[in-house]
Amino acid sequence: MDGTIALFLIQDGITNGAIYALLAVALVLVFAVTRVILIPQGDFVTFGGLSLAALEMGRVPGSVAMLLALAAGAMVMDLVAARHDFRAKRIGAILLRTLVPAGLISGAVVLLAPLQLGPAVSILLTACLVIPMGPYLYRIAFQPLARASVLVLLIASVGAHLAMTGLGLVFFGAEGYRTAPLIDANFQIGPLFVSAQSLLVIGATVVLLVLLSVFFGRTLIGKALRASAINQRGARIVGISTELSGRVAFAMAAAIGIVSAILIAPLTTLYYDSGFLIGLKGFVAAIIGGLSAYVPAVGAAFALGIVESFSSFWASAFKEVIVFMSILPILLWRSIWSPPHDDEEE
Amino acid sequence: MSALLEVADLRVAYGQVEAVQGVSLSVEPGTIATVIGANGAGKTTLLAAIMGLLPAKGGVHFEGEDLAYVPAEERVARGISLVPEQRDLFATMSVQENLELGAFRRGRAEIPQRLEEVYALFPRLKERRRQHAGTLSGGERQMLAMGRALMARPRLLMLDEPSLGLAPLIVRDILKTVSQLRDTGVSILLVEQNARAALAVADTAYVMELGAITLSGPASTIAADPKVSEIYLGGGH
Repeated sequence: MDGTIALFLIQDGITNGAIYALLAVALVLVFAVTRVILIPQGDFVTFGGLSLAALEMGRVPGSVAMLLALAAGAMVMDLVAARHDFRAKRIGAILLRTLVPAGLISGAVVLLAPLQLGPAVSILLTACLVIPMGPYLYRIAFQPLARASVLVLLIASVGAHLAMTGLGLVFFGAEGYRTAPLIDANFQIGPLFVSAQSLLVIGATVVLLVLLSVFFGRTLIGKALRASAINQRGARIVGISTELSGRVAFAMAAAIGIVSAILIAPLTTLYYDSGFLIGLKGFVAAIIGGLSAYVPAVGAAFALGIVESFSSFWASAFKEVIVFMSILPILLWRSIWSPPHDDEEE
Repeated sequence: MSALLEVADLRVAYGQVEAVQGVSLSVEPGTIATVIGANGAGKTTLLAAIMGLLPAKGGVHFEGEDLAYVPAEERVARGISLVPEQRDLFATMSVQENLELGAFRRGRAEIPQRLEEVYALFPRLKERRRQHAGTLSGGERQMLAMGRALMARPRLLMLDEPSLGLAPLIVRDILKTVSQLRDTGVSILLVEQNARAALAVADTAYVMELGAITLSGPASTIAADPKVSEIYLGGGH
């Protein structure tokens, strides 16, 4: 291997690592606030990517049906929960946060999709379609289990992932898609060819990480999310509801999923079931960071991307094996050096 | 005469065990009511149920409105704040951030003015405002928990064992602050094991034993009751 190849592999690794970093951040965020290990995070990415591809071709994406299905589910759950207090105002509020927004978004997408208004509109429509899926999914699968153990939440999370993959097959079909790159250009820096898309990936990831740290450090709602992660009961007695922070965390995870989708869709072909493997890489990075800290998780994601690109050069058949095996020594090291603590705070 | 808080026949059960067995009490506007009783009498459970943190049977009315289907977060917005026994602070956030979150339901605009009021009440918190809550001493934590609750501008402040684990001098300061708060119009429900200190500041008092109220009346009458003074005030010495 010469220097050029090494540089190329590092560039490739950093590009992939940036995408894993986004996934890892979303997983850490959701876990800290709700204790859910969000396996469906990868599904948000694939649904975002597939929606973008469909809109690019002027078709109505399958995520329209998916959004309506999730909104209907959330509405039924809310109505059942409100059965003690069946006033018109309450029912109106439930409709206003479930079927009404989902219906408006779907209507807009159905009208605008055939016009092919360009990538900016496609991205906006995709965001409108996928971001609300986060809170609806939380409402359906996780809000009723808010007091359950991490294990039960994990089982629910696997269930939610399987259900979403199944719905993905129904609504998107089995075919894979790839979108056109947002910027199609290459630069040569010394011996290195840099594609504009990979610069975009790294730039967008850095910007998003900075925005997140501002959000958590400066805004009241960001501080409220941190507070619910630190002490759930303390958060409730100052008036931060568990449901609100859960919904916000899931909406943010879905939004981060969209950013990942925009970045990854031109680089790799996405299928309805690609989400699991994509999410798993982010999960490995998040686990290395202890599922609780953003900075180590991001660092681990970049390291993982580089390990992956080098192992695909040296032993491409074992690429995934090497990536997933790399978690073992780190877990061992963590279990030796970090004190055991209860994951069920109460 | 309508009470600010009216609790009627409240029952809370942990499985088969009924920790609170048909408790009725009321807090009049601008007064301090205290519930005294031994460890395990169900006092903390009672407060958690009034706050809406535990499922309970029976009636809780605040300003005449039934709170049966009002979740805890919404009760904060309506004007009830709890300072729990474990304080439940956000340990890895700064003192000031803890306070800001206390005003979560009142919105960003009110924060600067509320902060000033709380810092005036507890100057120590202002000195420590950039420190993590987890690094505070026991007395400072109690101040922060009270300050955080006051940020919500409650009409009813519920204090669970504010004297627990604190030195007598600090207890005196905390209770002095409690009576100052009453004078500014905040009604207070004070739960205490330290009966002597609680009866000294309270207007009305309830004695709780094994999940039930066994005695109630004006605080001075309760303090003079021979049985109370024998059991809770260490009388007879």
